[in-house]
Amino acid sequence: MKHALRNPLALIGFSIIAAILLLALIAPWIAPYDPNAINVKAILLAPETNHWMGTDGLGRDVLSRMLYGGRISLLVGFVAVGIATLIGIVLGAVAGFYRGWVDTVIMRTVDVMLSIPTFFLILAVIAFLTPSIWNIMIVIGLTSWMGVTRLVRAEFLSLRNREFVLAAQALGAKDARLIFTHLLPNSLTPIIVSSILGIASAVLVESGLSFLGLGVQAPQASWGNILTDGKEYIQFAWWLSLFPGLAILLTVLGYNLLGDGLRDAYNPRSNQN
Amino acid sequence: MLKYLLKRFFWMIPLLVGISLISFMIMHLAPGDITSSEASFNPKASEESRQKLRELYSLDKPVIVQYSLWMKRMATLNFGTSFASHQRPVFWQTKDKDGNVTLGMIQEALPITLLINVLSLILIIAIALPLGVVSALKQNQLADRVITLFVFIGFAIPGFWLALMLMYWTGVQHNWLPISGLQSLGHEHLHWLGKTLDTLKHLALPVFISAITGLAGIALFVRNGMLEVLHQDYITTARSKGLNEHRVIYGHALRNALLPLITIFGLSIPGLIGGSVIAESIFAIPGMGKLFYDAVLMRDFPVIMGILTIGALLTLIGNLVADVAYAWADPRVRRGVMQ
Repeated sequence: MKHALRNPLALIGFSIIAAILLLALIAPWIAPYDPNAINVKAILLAPETNHWMGTDGLGRDVLSRMLYGGRISLLVGFVAVGIATLIGIVLGAVAGFYRGWVDTVIMRTVDVMLSIPTFFLILAVIAFLTPSIWNIMIVIGLTSWMGVTRLVRAEFLSLRNREFVLAAQALGAKDARLIFTHLLPNSLTPIIVSSILGIASAVLVESGLSFLGLGVQAPQASWGNILTDGKEYIQFAWWLSLFPGLAILLTVLGYNLLGDGLRDAYNPRSNQN
Repeated sequence: MLKYLLKRFFWMIPLLVGISLISFMIMHLAPGDITSSEASFNPKASEESRQKLRELYSLDKPVIVQYSLWMKRMATLNFGTSFASHQRPVFWQTKDKDGNVTLGMIQEALPITLLINVLSLILIIAIALPLGVVSALKQNQLADRVITLFVFIGFAIPGFWLALMLMYWTGVQHNWLPISGLQSLGHEHLHWLGKTLDTLKHLALPVFISAITGLAGIALFVRNGMLEVLHQDYITTARSKGLNEHRVIYGHALRNALLPLITIFGLSIPGLIGGSVIAESIFAIPGMGKLFYDAVLMRDFPVIMGILTIGALLTLIGNLVADVAYAWADPRVRRGVMQ
C-alpha cells in the first residue's frame, strides 16, 4: 500500500475515493436540505449561495441529493462487488484446490457466463423484477463473479505446490486449514485489486441502469437518476446533468487509478525501472 | 491445426446449449410475461383472453417444456416469431404465399450495431496504439502520466453522460450534427455519396462515444505490453547488435507487444454488444441494443432469446477467430496448439 501510494496517480485515486467516501458517510450532517423536500418556490434555480448546485424541477436541492445519492451509488458498488467476490473466492478456491471434474464444471460455467453479453443479462433480469436497490446489487453481483473465480483459481494453482503449502500438508493440515490460512491469505492482493476495479464498473452499471429508468426508483436519489431527471431539462438547466456525471466520473476514476496503482506496485515485472 | 479447429468448433455446441439454458432459466425465473405487459396497453383485456394468449405461446406450460419446444425449433435454425411485433420473424426474412418478404428483426438490427462497433474499433486502434507506445517509451515521465490520466478519464466517463453532453453541445446548441436516428428526412432522395455522408454524420457521435469509453483498456494494454517486451533479452540483443532505436521499437518490440491484443479484441465482443444498449437508446438507433431493450420491456421472449443466442454465437466465433489468428501470428503459440 505504502509502495503503491508513491505512484502519484494512485495517490490521486486514493484521495478522491477517501474524500467521496467521507462525504457520503457524513451526508446527513452536512447536507444543507432534506434531499426529498419539494419546494415549489425554488424550481430550477441555477447554482447560487443558497443552493451550491442549484435545484431541480421539483425545487429539491441538488447538492443534498448528490450527497445522499452518493451513499446509494457507493453502497451498490460495495455490496455488488462483495457478492461477486465471495462467489468468486468460493468457486475459484474449490476449482483450484480440488481440480478434477469440479474444476471442469466450474470453469466451463465461467466460459458460458463470459459468452453472454453481461449488460443484456442484467437488463433482462432487472426489467422483470420490481426495480429496487437490493435487486440491482444482487443482479450485478450474480453476473460479475467470473473474473474473480478465474483469478483465485489461477493463484491457487500456482500456490498449491509451493513448498510452504506442501510442508503444511505434510504436517497434517486439513484442507480447510490449507485453504484459509495458507492459500487464501497469499492470494489476497490480486483479489483486492480486482475488487477495487470491480467497484468502479459496478458504479457505472448502476448509473447506466438508473439512467434507463430501471435502477434506483424515485424519490430515492442516486447519481444515475438525478442525471435522468436532468436529461429532460438539459436545454435550460445544465447543472442537473453536469454534477452527477462528474461525480460518477470522479468515483470511477478514483477506484481505477487506485486499483491500477496497487496492481503495478505488486507486479514486479512492470516496475523494473 | 485442422484437428484443433474441429475440436474447438464442436465444443461451441455444448457451450451454446449451456448459454441458452441459463438465459432461458433466468428469463423465466423473473415474474411476468407478454400478457402482463400487453395488458398495460389494453387494460380491458380479460383474464380469459390473456389465458388464451398464454396458451397460444405455450407460456402456460412448465419452463422445461417451453425450453425443449424452443430447442426443437432451434434445431432447425428457426428462431421463431416475435410476440409483440405482429409475428415478425426474429432472425431472418420470411416470404409468404404472395411473395411478400418480411425482414427479420435481428437481420435488420445486427448490421447497424456491427457497423458502429467496427468503426469505433478502427478509431480506438488509431488513437490507442500511439498513446500506448509513447506512454511506454516515456515510462514514469510527464508524458506517460498525462496520457495515463487522460486514458483513465476516458475509461471513467459514463458513456450515456458524455452522449448527453455532446448531443446537447453539437446537436442542440450548435446544430452541427444530427442527434437521433440513422437518416435525415429526405435521405432517400440523396445521391449515393450524399446518403453515405448523411449516415456517417448520424453515426459520428455514437461511434466517437463508444470509442472513447473503449479506448482506455487498449491503450493501457499496449503500454503494459510494450513495457514488458522492452525488458526482454532479445531487445537487448537487438540493441547490442547495433540496430537503430527505431527498428528496435517498431520492428521488434511493438510487433510482439501487439500480439496479445488479438485475444483482447476477441474477448471484448460481448462488452461491445452489451454496451450498445444505452448509446442506441439515447440516439434512437435501431440496432441490437435498442431491439433488446424494447424486447425486454415487452417481455418478448423469442426476441430476447434470439438476441442472447446470436450475441453468444458471435462471441464464441470471435474468440475462436482470435485464437486462430494468434496462433497464425505467433509461431510459439502455434506449436503449443499443435502438441
